[in-house]
Amino acid sequence: MTERPAVTIDNLSRHFDSFKAVDGISLEVTSGETFGFLGANGAGKTTTIRMLCGLLAPTSGSGTVAGFDIYRQAEEIKKSIGYMSQKFSLYPDLTGKENLSFYGAAYGMNGSSIASRTEELAERLDLHDFIDRPTRSLPVGWRQRLALGVSLLHRPRILFLDEPTSGVDPVFRRKFWKILYELAEEGVTVFVTTHYMDEAEYCGRISIMHQGKIVEVGQPFELIQKHRAENLEELFINLINGREAANAEA
Amino acid sequence: MLKLRFLAHKEFRHILRDPRSLAIVVVMPIMMTFLYGYAISLDVENIMIGVVDYDNTPESRQLIDHFYGSAYFSKPDASPVDGDPERILLSSEAKAVLIIRSGFARALHERSDFSLGMMVDGSDNTVAAAVQNYSSAIVSKFALDQLPVDIEIPGITISTQVLYNPDLKSSHFFVPGLVAIILMMISALLTSITIAREKETGTMEQLLTAPVTPVQIIIGKIAPYIGLALLDGILVLVFAKIIFKVPFVGSYMLLLLFGLVYVSAALSIGILISSLVKTQQVAMMSALVATLLPSVMLSGLIFAIRNMPPVLQGLAHIVPAKYFVTIIRGIMLKGAGLQTLALNGLALLALMGVLMAIAAKKFNTRID
Amino acid sequence: MSLVSVESLSKSYREIRAVDDFSFAVDQGEIYALVGPDGAGKTTIIRTLCGLINPDSGVAMIDGLDCQRKFESIKPILGYMPQVFSLYPDLTVTENLTFYGGIYGVVGEDYRTRVEYLYRFSNLKPFADRRAQALSGGMKQKLALSCALMHQPRILILDEPTTGVDPLSRRQFWEILLELKKQGVTIIVSTPYMDEVARSDRACFVFKGKKLAEGTPAALPGLFEGSLYFCDCRPTVQTLEALNQVSNVQARRFGGGIHVYLRKDVTLPDIATELTRAGFDTGGFRPIRPDLEDCFIQLMEES
Repeated sequence: MTERPAVTIDNLSRHFDSFKAVDGISLEVTSGETFGFLGANGAGKTTTIRMLCGLLAPTSGSGTVAGFDIYRQAEEIKKSIGYMSQKFSLYPDLTGKENLSFYGAAYGMNGSSIASRTEELAERLDLHDFIDRPTRSLPVGWRQRLALGVSLLHRPRILFLDEPTSGVDPVFRRKFWKILYELAEEGVTVFVTTHYMDEAEYCGRISIMHQGKIVEVGQPFELIQKHRAENLEELFINLINGREAANAEA
Repeated sequence: MLKLRFLAHKEFRHILRDPRSLAIVVVMPIMMTFLYGYAISLDVENIMIGVVDYDNTPESRQLIDHFYGSAYFSKPDASPVDGDPERILLSSEAKAVLIIRSGFARALHERSDFSLGMMVDGSDNTVAAAVQNYSSAIVSKFALDQLPVDIEIPGITISTQVLYNPDLKSSHFFVPGLVAIILMMISALLTSITIAREKETGTMEQLLTAPVTPVQIIIGKIAPYIGLALLDGILVLVFAKIIFKVPFVGSYMLLLLFGLVYVSAALSIGILISSLVKTQQVAMMSALVATLLPSVMLSGLIFAIRNMPPVLQGLAHIVPAKYFVTIIRGIMLKGAGLQTLALNGLALLALMGVLMAIAAKKFNTRID
Repeated sequence: MSLVSVESLSKSYREIRAVDDFSFAVDQGEIYALVGPDGAGKTTIIRTLCGLINPDSGVAMIDGLDCQRKFESIKPILGYMPQVFSLYPDLTVTENLTFYGGIYGVVGEDYRTRVEYLYRFSNLKPFADRRAQALSGGMKQKLALSCALMHQPRILILDEPTTGVDPLSRRQFWEILLELKKQGVTIIVSTPYMDEVARSDRACFVFKGKKLAEGTPAALPGLFEGSLYFCDCRPTVQTLEALNQVSNVQARRFGGGIHVYLRKDVTLPDIATELTRAGFDTGGFRPIRPDLEDCFIQLMEES
């Protein structure tokens, strides 16, 4: 496994008028890492992910994704990352297979490579039972696996997942994480946001963001010990409450 | 009563804060009045008309000058071929051919009966009707002009009498009808959107668990829009008066009264639609299809109902616009009173009652 | 008698049985949680209680009144917060409160004291003139709750009020619910988050329209049959596979380590030799308490 960084961020900011959505954050994520990007609602997680995916221009600071510059090489970045958001970007009236073909074509894959890749992913993600059904009729957990399949079509080296497991039943969630671990083992970097704190504990490392800043980074277990918290949820709440108390005093 | 006030008050706020519905309320009526009143005007001018003059006298040439001198008729590029006047119609170079048989001048002087020939392209019936009306008006005026002043009533008269709309302006006839269409459309559109919106945002779920009855919800929603729709009516009428100079002969109060009944019927249609659909988009489409088309086609606004096939004639009876078009034309152009309009008014009232009852019945207090 | 009772409730949408012969009862002053993933049937149960759905069979009762036939009489004592954000986004915080006050008949002096009270616990006063659409997720939830509380209902029914909300806002939201409970309000709440069970008085696991289990937060994890160990070793695919080869063992990666599940009637010494043969040191196996999710999953797989 190579140890070169998959994502580097240096003093990155994004302002919306006077509002500092992301306020000078720095971070490094190594290839093959499962990185949990945590934070309260509105802390700036989605804005950061959008900048990293080349969907939003930063106000200042610098960053690279897969070695490409987020300012100048957005197109190269898009080719080397997979993105899956909380709102599944599947066409509800198309079947799983049709969705995969459509996105494959959108990534410039030809018919035979789409077919072989679809077969491969169906095997890997266990999609066979429902791949020929319109996605609208599928339970959330199945749709979520399809959406993951779509984001993996072009063999991305980095995977950005924005609350991928919201509302999914625990069995599906565990299956989903098993797949993520396997991908990480193959060297795919997994960058994931979640509100499930137990899920955050599955991550190799996590960061906690609050009001545009990263307030803590580290291994979950290590952080829990460092802050003498009972678990991650406790840690999260204490950290942010402490911050807010400090803000109130200032 | 108190709850109604809160419901209506909230609805007003929605209207004021939603630029989209405000645009529908203000811009659409003005746009429609313009479009229908001006662009789709039924006044036909510059109709190409060919002339075959077998009489070839100063009088016949004078008659031709009268035709071409009017704004209604123009001279086509091609002239009609002798012996085959129809060809120019077939080639669409002219809409009509005037044929002056020889003996026209003599008949004029002897004041004997004489008939001029006119071939009209009937494929465009609006133009055809216009040609008939305009030409008979021109001919009778010409005949009058030719007679010495001291002589009394002439022997030949081509009697064309135009009632109620002496200027033959179609906009006079059209704009009052437009008020009917616009009121129907705006009212149905707005109410159908407002309930669908509550379904979309999920607030309907909350409303249904609150101690308000469906009737309260419906009335609370309708009330602000009645005011709004009437405001729109006034807007279009003012427009009609200033831009199209449409006369208003009858009673404003009477119009307002019938307007209220009509608008209530239209709003009920909106409520009914929104009870059956789930999204604003579908509501908007359904409201447009359900109101605009029947109101334009089956109200007698453009097409005479008595010329329609029996099925459509029957359908026209349940189109509220049919009654209101008659009522508003009657009041504005003829100054008709309550007695004359009673039948139409009653029909409208009955229709409103039925629509409201169906809307209240269909209003679903369940969400599955 | 229970304040809320649901008996043999069933509801199907086409072929799908959303709720299947579901029964439960909630006593006065209890916080009762319906826990389960999306599509488990929680919303259908809640909507039936709120008179919004006619069940195919079964009865839902609140305060002795049938939720389908006598719902008008239930309305004044019921506060409901639907799953989707159910406020008017174009109205301000105050306007939303005034409106819900108005339709529940809370006006004048009553309204003013009530709003002051609601502002105090929700901390929304500084945002009184902000439009609801411009509020953050957590604040929206609090406003929705305030609207549902406008008429001081005795029963509060909340459909996934904390879904998609961060842990801190969720904690704050639950603190409000606990405060309401102290005032005697009965609360029925649905949630996909297992950890919220801990804050309820009683919870019920819902899956595929059926009740998997019901009990107090202390009792529920005890339903787990078998035992669970934490194995502090690098969770590679090979290691996991090797563990799963051992009979009566199921292994799952957990962060930097592995969770090892032993089937019931099997103890660690029973399989120690097999584990050692596979290259594991049982001395490194640390027993841990199965959590609610472990319990839920086991029940799910059994059903």
